[in-house]
Amino acid sequence: MTSMTGVPKQGFRLSQLIYDTRYRSLTIQVVVFMLFMLGAAWLVDNTIRNLQALGKDFNFGFLTYRSGYDIGQTLIPYTNDSSHARAALIGLLNTLLISSLGCIAATVIGVFVGVLRLSKNWLVARLMTVYVEVFRNVPVLLWILIILAIFTEVMPAPNAYRVTDQMLAEGVQPAATMVLFDTIAPTNRYTAIPSIGFSRSLGGFDTSFMPISFNFLAMVAALGLGIFFNRRVLATAKAVQEATGDRPVTWWKSILLLVGPLLAVMIALGFHLNLPALKGFNFAGGLNVTNAFVVLWLALSLYTGAFIAEIVRAGVLAISNGQTEAAFALGLRPGRTMNLVILPQALRVIIPPLISQFLNLTKNSSLAIAVGYMDLRGTLGGITLNQTGRELECILLMMLIYLAISLVISGVMNVYNNSVKLKER
Amino acid sequence: MKKSVFLGTLAAAGLTAGLAAASTLDDVKARGELNCGVNTGLVGFAAPDANGNWSGFDVAICKAVAAAVLGDASKVKYVPTSGQTRFTALASGEVDVLARNSTWTFSRDTDLKLDFVGVNYYDGQGFMVRKDLGVSSAKELEGATICIQTGTTTELNLADFFKSNNMNYQPIAIDSNAEGEQQYLAGACDAYTTDASGLAATRAAFADPENHIILPEIISKEPLGPAVRHGDNQWGDIVRWTLNALIAAEEYGVTSANLEELSKGTTNPEINRLLGTEGDLGAMTGLDKDWAKRAIAVSGNYGEIFAATIGESTPIGLARGLNGQWTQGGLLYSPPFR
Repeated sequence: MTSMTGVPKQGFRLSQLIYDTRYRSLTIQVVVFMLFMLGAAWLVDNTIRNLQALGKDFNFGFLTYRSGYDIGQTLIPYTNDSSHARAALIGLLNTLLISSLGCIAATVIGVFVGVLRLSKNWLVARLMTVYVEVFRNVPVLLWILIILAIFTEVMPAPNAYRVTDQMLAEGVQPAATMVLFDTIAPTNRYTAIPSIGFSRSLGGFDTSFMPISFNFLAMVAALGLGIFFNRRVLATAKAVQEATGDRPVTWWKSILLLVGPLLAVMIALGFHLNLPALKGFNFAGGLNVTNAFVVLWLALSLYTGAFIAEIVRAGVLAISNGQTEAAFALGLRPGRTMNLVILPQALRVIIPPLISQFLNLTKNSSLAIAVGYMDLRGTLGGITLNQTGRELECILLMMLIYLAISLVISGVMNVYNNSVKLKER
Repeated sequence: MKKSVFLGTLAAAGLTAGLAAASTLDDVKARGELNCGVNTGLVGFAAPDANGNWSGFDVAICKAVAAAVLGDASKVKYVPTSGQTRFTALASGEVDVLARNSTWTFSRDTDLKLDFVGVNYYDGQGFMVRKDLGVSSAKELEGATICIQTGTTTELNLADFFKSNNMNYQPIAIDSNAEGEQQYLAGACDAYTTDASGLAATRAAFADPENHIILPEIISKEPLGPAVRHGDNQWGDIVRWTLNALIAAEEYGVTSANLEELSKGTTNPEINRLLGTEGDLGAMTGLDKDWAKRAIAVSGNYGEIFAATIGESTPIGLARGLNGQWTQGGLLYSPPFR
C-alpha cells in the first residue's frame, strides 16, 4: 500500500487564481477578454444610444429604393431607375475589374523590373532602381492625380478631331487625328477604341444579373476546345520526347489549334470592328475607355509594381548562388537558368508578401474617387451614402465587402502558395 | 482600484456622449465660439481670402448668428465641408449650424434628421458651357460629357432632366467645386452643372469669364438655406429668427447706416420689437434684447449682404430676382416679429 501521509489535502482557494502559476495565465486571459468585450459593448451601446438620440434607425431597406443617379462606367446594365443595391453591385464590379487588371499588370511589371534590377547591365539595373525608388516613395494618391493631370492636360479634347465642311474647303487639318490606321482616338476624357460587332449574331438571353450573348459563349467554347486539343498534342509530344529523347515540332499545331476554331467561329458569326466616330460632343460607335479607369489602373499598377519588384528581387537573392552555378555547370543558358531553376524556387519566398501587395492594391483602388471612377467607394460609399444619409449602414456594408474580397484573394493565393511551396517528402 | 477608475471613465464618457446633444445654445455659449459649416470655397458664398478670413453670403449668416448669440461676429470657427461630408458634420455635432448653399428637400428634412430653418437663397440648377461650343439650350446637350459634384441634389436632377428629355449623357463625378472648375477648364467635360448661383460664382473666378455662358434652362428648384440638427428647437429658432431678422430689417428699411439711430426708438412698433427697444423678444429664445440689432450690425440687412457679396455690383453679378422682398415681387417674406 502506498502511504499518503504528509501531504495535507487542500481544497481550491481563490487566491490560487493569482498566485498559482497553473492558473495565473488563464486568469489574466479571462480578465483581459472581459475588459475587451466590455469595451466593445460600450462602443456598440454608445452607437445605439447616439443613433436613438438623433432619431435614426438602423436598417438596410434603402438598398431597394430607386437610386436616381447615373454611373459613367457600367459593366452590366444599369439605369437611374435601378436600385441602390444594383448601383453598389456596379461599383463592386468596377472595383473587381480595376483590382484584377491592376494585380495582373503590377505582377508583370514587378517581375520584369525585379529581375532586371539584378541585371549585370549597369544602365538597366540603375534605371530600374530609379523606377522602384521613385514610385515606392511617393504616395499613390499623388501618382493618381499626376497621371490624371497629364491625361487631361496633354491629350486633345474630342472636339479637336472635328472636321467641318469649312475646314475641308479651306484645306485645314483638324488639331488632332486618330492613330493606328484611324482606329483609336485618345482624348482627354477617354480613349475611343473599336468595339467588336457580329453581323450574323446569334442573339442572347437576359438574366436579371446580366445579359449573356450566345456569340460570346460560342467563342469561349471554341477557345476551350482549342486549348483542350492543344494539351493533348503537348502531352503526346512529351511522351514522344521521354520515349525517344527527340521532341517533335509542335508550335504550328499549337497555333493552329488555339487560333483556328476561334477564328472559324468569328468568321461564321460575321466578326467585324465598329470604328469610333465623332458624333455630337463625343465619339460614338466604338468603345470609350474612360481616362479615370486608365489613370487609376496605370497608377495602381506602377505603384504596386515597384513593391512587387523588390519582393521579386528579394526572392531571387534568397536562392543561393550555388543553384545558379550548378545550372550553368549543366550547360543551361542564363535565361533558362532564371526561368527553370531560380524563379520556381524564388516563388515560395515571393508568394506570401505578394498576397499583401494584391490586398493593398485592391484596397488602394478605393482612391478611385479622386479621378471620379465609380467603384464601390464611389457608389455605395459615395453617392448612395450621401443621397440616403445612411452612413453607418453604408460604411459597414462596404467594410464587409472589402473584407470579403480581401479574404477571397488571400484564400486563393494561399492555395497557390501551397502548390508552389517546398514539398518535404 | 485601477479597474474602477477605468470603469468610471468609461461610464462618464458614455454619459457625456449621451448628453452632448442636450442644448446647442449652452454648448456654443460655453465654448465661446460658433462652429459653422461652410463651403470649401465658392467665391461670393463662402471663401477665405489670402489672410484666411472667410467672407461671403453664407458666411454672413454664420457671423450674424455668432453676433446674436455670443455678441461677437468674429467668434466663428469656419469648418469647410464638401458635398459629401456636410450633413455628417452637422449630425455628429462637429458644426452647430450648416450654412453651405444646401438645398432644402423632403428627405433631408425628415430622413437625414436635419432642420432647414429657412431659405436664404432661392436657386435652381443650371448648365455652363463654353461659348464656342455653339450650344444655346440645355436640350442640345445630347451625348455630352457633364461634370457634376457628387453627393448633391444636382446629381439626381441631372439624371431626371436627361431622362425626361430622352437624352443621353456621360457623367463625370467630381468632389469639389475647385476640381469641377479644373476639369471643366481642361475640357474634360463639355458642360458643368450646379446651382445657377454657384455657376455664376465659379465663372467669376475664371480668367476669361466672357467665353463661357450659362444656359437659360433652370432644371430644378434649389431653395438653399441654413440647417441645424433636428430635435433642438430652441437652437433652430435662434438661427431661423436671426435669418428672419436680416430679411425683416431690409423690409422695414433698417440698414447698418441707420441702425443706431433707429434703435433709439421709432414710431414703428415692429422695428422697435425687432431691435429690442420695445418688449423682450430675445428672452423668449434664451437671448438678450439686442440680439437682432447685433446680428444686423455685422454686415447690414439681407439686401446689404446680398449686394456686397453676390449682387450685381460684384464680379458674380447675380440679380435679386426671386430673392427680392415680397413687396418687390420676390419670395422673401419674414413672418412678423410679434
